[in-house]
Amino acid sequence: MAEVALEKDMHTQESDRWSGGQPPMKASYGKLMMWYFLLSDAFTFAGFLISYGALRFSSSTWPDPDFVFSSAPFGIHHAPLIFVTFMTFVLIASSVTMVRAVLEGHQENKSGVVKYLLLTIIGGLIFLGSQAWEWTTLIAKEHVTIHTNPFGRHTESGVYLEDEHGKPYAEGAERETFEAGDGYLIHKDHETGEWIRRRYRTESGEEKRLEFGPRAFGALFFFITGFHGFHVFTGVVILLIVLINSINGVYGARKNGYEMVEKVGLYWHFVDLVWVFVFLVFYLL
Amino acid sequence: MAHSYEEGKAVAMRGLYLLGVVTIVEVLIALLGNGHLVHGFELPKFVMYPVMIGLSLYKAYFIVYFFMHLAYEVSDLRLSVLLPTMLLIWALIAFLMEGNYWGERRAEVDPEYREAFEKKAEKAEEGESMLFLDAALWEVRV
Repeated sequence: MAEVALEKDMHTQESDRWSGGQPPMKASYGKLMMWYFLLSDAFTFAGFLISYGALRFSSSTWPDPDFVFSSAPFGIHHAPLIFVTFMTFVLIASSVTMVRAVLEGHQENKSGVVKYLLLTIIGGLIFLGSQAWEWTTLIAKEHVTIHTNPFGRHTESGVYLEDEHGKPYAEGAERETFEAGDGYLIHKDHETGEWIRRRYRTESGEEKRLEFGPRAFGALFFFITGFHGFHVFTGVVILLIVLINSINGVYGARKNGYEMVEKVGLYWHFVDLVWVFVFLVFYLL
Repeated sequence: MAHSYEEGKAVAMRGLYLLGVVTIVEVLIALLGNGHLVHGFELPKFVMYPVMIGLSLYKAYFIVYFFMHLAYEVSDLRLSVLLPTMLLIWALIAFLMEGNYWGERRAEVDPEYREAFEKKAEKAEEGESMLFLDAALWEVRV
């Protein structure tokens, strides 16, 4: 009880320092600073995304997202963008439950806050789990690293001269063909650990071998989605802390409409906002 | 708060439908446009990309204005957050042009790269590349 009283006391002092009468811009110190933190964070993300754009513009080709992101759990393959669409929905849904948590806070309804915070946390955890699955697929199965990118894209049509194991086709066997714009993945031989760069013949009659895709792809993907995932992770941690404090009545005692829930809500929506752009540039374009 | 509890609940539901539907539309455009849905049918990139970028900006606007309640804050707060982000317009144009320039310079010294890069430039001029913007930026520069 004494702790709760102390909390309330500290909070009163804080708002006294902030107010010389009216709070600037009719927002509390904490909320305003959350906005400016998010503004600076937006610039960090923008810096990442713009460097992605610059490197992509400098590249002659770029991996086809419909080809790279076409797997989903439970053995689903050749389903372009389906899994990442699911992840997007999870994040949108968790944003909506966050809106509800903030609303219940304004009503000083503790059980409502707890319920919706819990739902939001579950959404965040599902998103993180999905991202872990996506990364595992890319790293462990497809061997993308921050300096090696086996995903490429054909710039002209042609026909493969070797099968998927790098062995020349048998006489009379049906040969796999491809068209300009199709994506490809250079597989790794499981036994020797060597890359299988299949030979192919282009329409113009040239014989070539598969080349690795733009090198920056892996680093950009892992750093940008990783930085976003780190935001989701810290968001979940902060939400958990706010949830525990809400259950213990810390914010109820402040009688300020659960403002802490509103502040962490701003952060959570920002994470959703960033995902809108990550989704756009990595998966749609 | 500028709006009541009931209105707030309505905004949350509207957000769920709106963001969900817009996301589905974006994914459908991507799949349809790249020829994954109807065999032999594709959309030109200079149609697909501006639409997808526009829809994403709309989602961003909805999240910031209604989920983050920026619409209900006083205009000073709104402007102090939104105006600085306008600098990003400059950054985007400057760095994308710079990126394209790196590519051109590399094409000058790397014959294999030149071949692929020229193909990209052709596609861009036809509006058939991710970099449909390239063509536009070239226009600006020339």
